Amino acid sequence: MRWLLVKDFQILRRSPLLVALLVAYPIALALMIGFALSSPPGKPKVAFLTQVPPGQGRIHFGSQEINISSYAKDLFASIQPIIVHSQAEAMADVRSGRALAAVIVPADIPQQIQSLVTTGVGSPTVQVILNSNDPLERQFADQAIKARLNDVQQAVSKQVLHVAVADLQQVLNGGTIQFLGQNFRLLGLRNSRALVQRAIAELPASSPLRSSLGQVVGFADLAIQGLGFASPVLGSIGTPLAVQQTELAGKTTPAATYAATISVIFSLMLVTMLLAAGMLALEREEHAFARLVRGLVSPSALLAEKVVLAGGCATLAALVMSAGISSFVSLAWSRFPLWVVALAAAGIAFGALGVAIGGLAREVRAASLLAFMLSLPIAFIALVPTAAVSGTLKSALDTVAFIFPFKPALDATNNAFSGTAPGIGWPLLHLIGLAVAFGILARAAVRRLA
Amino acid sequence: MPATAATRRATLAARSLTKRYGDRTALNAVSFEIYSGELVAIIGPNGAGKTTLLSILAGIQSPSEGEVSTPAGKVGWVPQQPAIYSKLSVAENLRLFARLEKLPDPDAAVEKMLDLTELRDRARDEVGRLSGGNQQRVNVAVGLLCEPAALLLDEPSSSLDPRQRERLWGFIGPTGLGGRGTTVAYSTHDVLEAEHYADRVLVLADGELLFVGTPGELERAVGGNPRDFEVAFVRFLDEHGH
Repeated sequence: MRWLLVKDFQILRRSPLLVALLVAYPIALALMIGFALSSPPGKPKVAFLTQVPPGQGRIHFGSQEINISSYAKDLFASIQPIIVHSQAEAMADVRSGRALAAVIVPADIPQQIQSLVTTGVGSPTVQVILNSNDPLERQFADQAIKARLNDVQQAVSKQVLHVAVADLQQVLNGGTIQFLGQNFRLLGLRNSRALVQRAIAELPASSPLRSSLGQVVGFADLAIQGLGFASPVLGSIGTPLAVQQTELAGKTTPAATYAATISVIFSLMLVTMLLAAGMLALEREEHAFARLVRGLVSPSALLAEKVVLAGGCATLAALVMSAGISSFVSLAWSRFPLWVVALAAAGIAFGALGVAIGGLAREVRAASLLAFMLSLPIAFIALVPTAAVSGTLKSALDTVAFIFPFKPALDATNNAFSGTAPGIGWPLLHLIGLAVAFGILARAAVRRLA
Repeated sequence: MPATAATRRATLAARSLTKRYGDRTALNAVSFEIYSGELVAIIGPNGAGKTTLLSILAGIQSPSEGEVSTPAGKVGWVPQQPAIYSKLSVAENLRLFARLEKLPDPDAAVEKMLDLTELRDRARDEVGRLSGGNQQRVNVAVGLLCEPAALLLDEPSSSLDPRQRERLWGFIGPTGLGGRGTTVAYSTHDVLEAEHYADRVLVLADGELLFVGTPGELERAVGGNPRDFEVAFVRFLDEHGH
């Protein structure tokens, strides 16, 4: 096997384009993923037009005032605003592609909100114009704007509720309100009830007013009780639900680490499968296979050599890639020996799959194409969250993910990188089992085509 | 000239060799012997079973029935297409196979083959850059590395031009390997190569061995006065219903 390995390295050394591709591909992928993960999400450029005249963005509610213009900064937190001065200018920016979308705040929006809050009638509407040429960009801008508009909506709603609760408190307890620039004292229900109770106490026992005033006190009691409940209820409407999250699976992987692991395994899979399938097919393309297995090496040894070659090269490339990614994403260097074990096991399993593919093809191009075409759906299916589908499809996806090495390789490497659940033992056993199974398949394939 | 039957020793022998692929019979009860130092050509039309017969003699395939007797030393095998690595140099190819053959001194074997093939000045050239004729010489040299008692070649000249063929037969034929006492069996489509270089010919058609003898005996077997060996061969096949 040693001389076959030497021979394959000699051949690889004389194929600089292939080697450059095998080395550059994981490094480039690592850098791209690293930059993508470490960079903050971009903000879509959005043309912003407010038709509300300066100083007119205030609504009055009870004794208080809300300045809705102050919420614009919340919207600007997730967009890159291009301030425009007319609707035509906003539309032109969207059409030309200078802005992905436009947000237009109409002049009457304070009045519409005021009317809705005080009378329940009114439809405050913000106009959003999207560029529909690129569906992905359109979705990106749409989500960014809608998410922030929802935040603004919730903030305004909370402020209105806050004002309403404060006014209710004044109705209950009394206080001072401003109206037309003058302060007015508000008696409040509780004070009113006390006054009436004192008046009843001073009335003669036979006074017919006692019964009527007693009804007023009874009504005041009910009203105080009801409004006493109303305040906390109104206060809770703004945020009615709180979420308490508990992880049953133990320590979980940060999303960035998981994404990095996926990229490492994907690169390892491509390099291993292409190399194993291609180098085995090369033996056939060069017509050397029959000469080799005619007593010089056994078919099993030849297959094992290709698995070791491809798995070893890919493991090395994956380790380099992981080291590169660790500059951007947190990976547990203290678990480095487990990195090697997990990536080597994955390399061997993918290598066995690669030689099974190479055993079916008579030439390098066919083997490479077959390996490439198979690797994409293998990764895709393993990454589909099976909880998102149901029934037969879920079973099918689970089965496909089980019979190919991507999922166990991902689990093992994920654990090696961050020590997260599930453990590394079962995925490693799974990978070894798959390596044996694909090795047997490869042996059958080369025997059939010998 | 080959020795008489009484004094000859069989180097390769096939007894009732039969090979079936499903319902198709590629070889049907083929028996013959090839003697030490002989050059034997296996000729026949397309699909006659020539490659199958050589593959079984080389141990690449096993027969469905019958048995093969090979010499105590190894049997060298030279497939039709050069089975060498085009990205490796001539010397690297020879060294690789010498090591895989577990020869005691691979470098000495490489030197010997470079001399034998007269490719010493091309030793460092990648095989992919050599002419078809030189590639075939390297291909044959790999088959000879283990110093086999018998060498089997499957259509060794099929992809070569006339000049390359002449050089190749100079290397393999009676003035080359044949003259050094190596038993050589080769298949060919070119019956004139069989007539010129072979001591004896085996004629195969549809998996059956129709004739074993010298080219002259084949000409005499069809009677009359054929213009040349090729005409005699075609007439022979016609007479046997092929």
